[in-house]
Amino acid sequence: MTTAQSRPRAAKASGATDLLTVSGLQKHFPVRRGLLQRGKDAVKAVDGLDFTVARGETLSLVGESGCGKTTTGRMLTRLIEPSAGRIDFDGQDITHLSNSRMRPLRRDIQMIFQDPYSSLNPRHTVGAIVGAPFRLQKVQTEHGVKRAVQDLLKLVGLNPEHYNRYPYEFSGGQRQRIGIARTLALRPKLIVADEPVSALDVSIQAQVINLLEDLQNELDLTYVMIAHDLSIVRHVSDRVAVMYLGKIVEIGEQAGIYTQPMHPYTVALMSAVPVPDPTKRGQRTRIRLTGDVPSPLNPPPACRFNTRCWKAKDICRTEEPPLAELAPGHRVACHFPENIASTPAAAAEPAPAPAEAK
Amino acid sequence: MSSVRIEPALTTGDLGPVSTSFLELRDLRVHFPTGDGLVKSVDGLSYRLERGKTLGIVGESGSGKSVTSLAIMGLHKNTSARLSGEIWLDGEELITASAEHVRTLRGKKMAMIFQDPLSAMHPFYTVGNQIVEAYRIHHKVTKKAARAHAIDMLARVGIPQPKSRVDDYPHQFSGGMRQRAMIAMALSCDPELLIADEPTTALDVTVQAQILDLIRDLQQEFNSAVIIITHDLGVVAELADDIMVMYAGRSAEYASAEQVFGQPEHPYTWGLLGSMPRLDRDRSERLLPIKGTPPSLINVPLGCPFSPRCNYSGLVGDHACTTDRPEFRDVGGGHRIACHLSAQQRQQVWEDEIRPNL
Repeated sequence: MTTAQSRPRAAKASGATDLLTVSGLQKHFPVRRGLLQRGKDAVKAVDGLDFTVARGETLSLVGESGCGKTTTGRMLTRLIEPSAGRIDFDGQDITHLSNSRMRPLRRDIQMIFQDPYSSLNPRHTVGAIVGAPFRLQKVQTEHGVKRAVQDLLKLVGLNPEHYNRYPYEFSGGQRQRIGIARTLALRPKLIVADEPVSALDVSIQAQVINLLEDLQNELDLTYVMIAHDLSIVRHVSDRVAVMYLGKIVEIGEQAGIYTQPMHPYTVALMSAVPVPDPTKRGQRTRIRLTGDVPSPLNPPPACRFNTRCWKAKDICRTEEPPLAELAPGHRVACHFPENIASTPAAAAEPAPAPAEAK
Repeated sequence: MSSVRIEPALTTGDLGPVSTSFLELRDLRVHFPTGDGLVKSVDGLSYRLERGKTLGIVGESGSGKSVTSLAIMGLHKNTSARLSGEIWLDGEELITASAEHVRTLRGKKMAMIFQDPLSAMHPFYTVGNQIVEAYRIHHKVTKKAARAHAIDMLARVGIPQPKSRVDDYPHQFSGGMRQRAMIAMALSCDPELLIADEPTTALDVTVQAQILDLIRDLQQEFNSAVIIITHDLGVVAELADDIMVMYAGRSAEYASAEQVFGQPEHPYTWGLLGSMPRLDRDRSERLLPIKGTPPSLINVPLGCPFSPRCNYSGLVGDHACTTDRPEFRDVGGGHRIACHLSAQQRQQVWEDEIRPNL
């Protein structure tokens, strides 16, 4: 039983506590054109990710749409096949496990989907939906499946008597709870939650976020949270990874990312979040990013953010910045990071870092 | 301000005095007869809006935000919706006006930015054609001049290379560009009233910031009245002069933006503020959600519609919250709420329980 206060977990450096290790993960979707359907180009949805997730922590992936957050989540759950790289889960390489070898592991890795309206089969009762994992995995429960399902419904704050109802009889928030109950059925170790609250109303969002936190503390769950709402991400995360065009540009402890964002993209993202305080209107300096995210079909060379970055210099267009540790546990891929002066000890040379990564 | 409350005028034949405000709603009701019963989507709504001002309407899904704006635009079908009350726009009453007349007002007098630009734009016509069409209905200009105007509008909303993009189809635009094209379309005839229904909900924060800036700039330029409908309190705090909080088809609270965020008076507004994680405050350990779910609009709770979810209805004597519908009254300085709590009770709860936790 861990409490919310004990969050930023200490032993991050030793690999022993890492539940998930991802290295060089890539997913390129080939684009087929022409009569022969020969694919030369590829959408580089995810293009080389390295991160670890420690047991019991919450890592959030944030970024604009199209940055590869969801693709990453689907690769972690092996719903799509990685093009390159390696995923280690609980000490086992699961990158290219076959379906049958993967099946026992699916108990341990579960997913919460974004849309509670399309992720539940409308023709199945709640009992059938939440009980499906037991049937599929042929798990024997102590007091029968029905009892187990009712316990799960209770756990996520639903009335166990709703066992025989259909999804349409529930509101969005309740449906999301049904999805969460299904996810929890087999007591997974890792839950990949893809925008778990973005389809819900504000008052219901808070209920579901609190529920996810309670469950984490109670069942010692590890979350990889995919979200674009930066206020919610700060609230739920231990660590945050900011993605841009298929790459991680900054990763670190939640507090560090939010108080001292170093990558210009992170700084711009933070400054764009509207602050619910009308008295501060007009006082904040907001960095306006111009233009849209470039196409992942043909990403800009070297630093991918250089087309929209106000600090970009020649080196940004010729040399890719490595994801370097500029403060303890805080890695940034930028030639000219921001907020670096405030952490002089770890700063090293801010400008051209040796290109060791690639 | 207290004169805004009008005696219920249930028959549309007998109108009250001509409104002096630019836009005034008097006891608007929009009811939909369905097989399950009468859905009271909007049930007695009154507000005013002047030129050059921005009203933010906040509420959960199903609170009647969008239904109200569709009623102003005259977009409800006579066959499915029952409207009563009065909508005054610049001295004209719209509910009793002929559909043909309201049609001539749409575009130039009032325009709307819809939430989902992909479904609001016609997939068969180019973006430019759709802007040109609206412009030429209201202006006697040649096709060429209208096209130049469309290009100009696209440039104004920040579409890159508007000269070539004007001939693109909606599917060739990214989500943010499509939303900007929608805005260009809505603004092409310089509308005096602009209704933006969740204009940024589907967008990333960086694009959202661009769109909010754009709406603000254009409003200053044309001195339009703007209604911005959203569930994101951050967005209204950025834009709105006044804020109306809606619950179950009625207004719960109406006040200036500073008052709503600085000294909110309605328990529902407290709940909304408590359920929202904020980047401008220290990270809270726990969100304070509103219990329960929004009510069905077929069986709206007797008395105060919020009473089943309200933590403070016990403070009111005689179970008034569950029997009497609270009057929407002025509690000082144009700050209006619909709540049975006394001024002293509200003050005490706000100071003791709500403010310290926000």
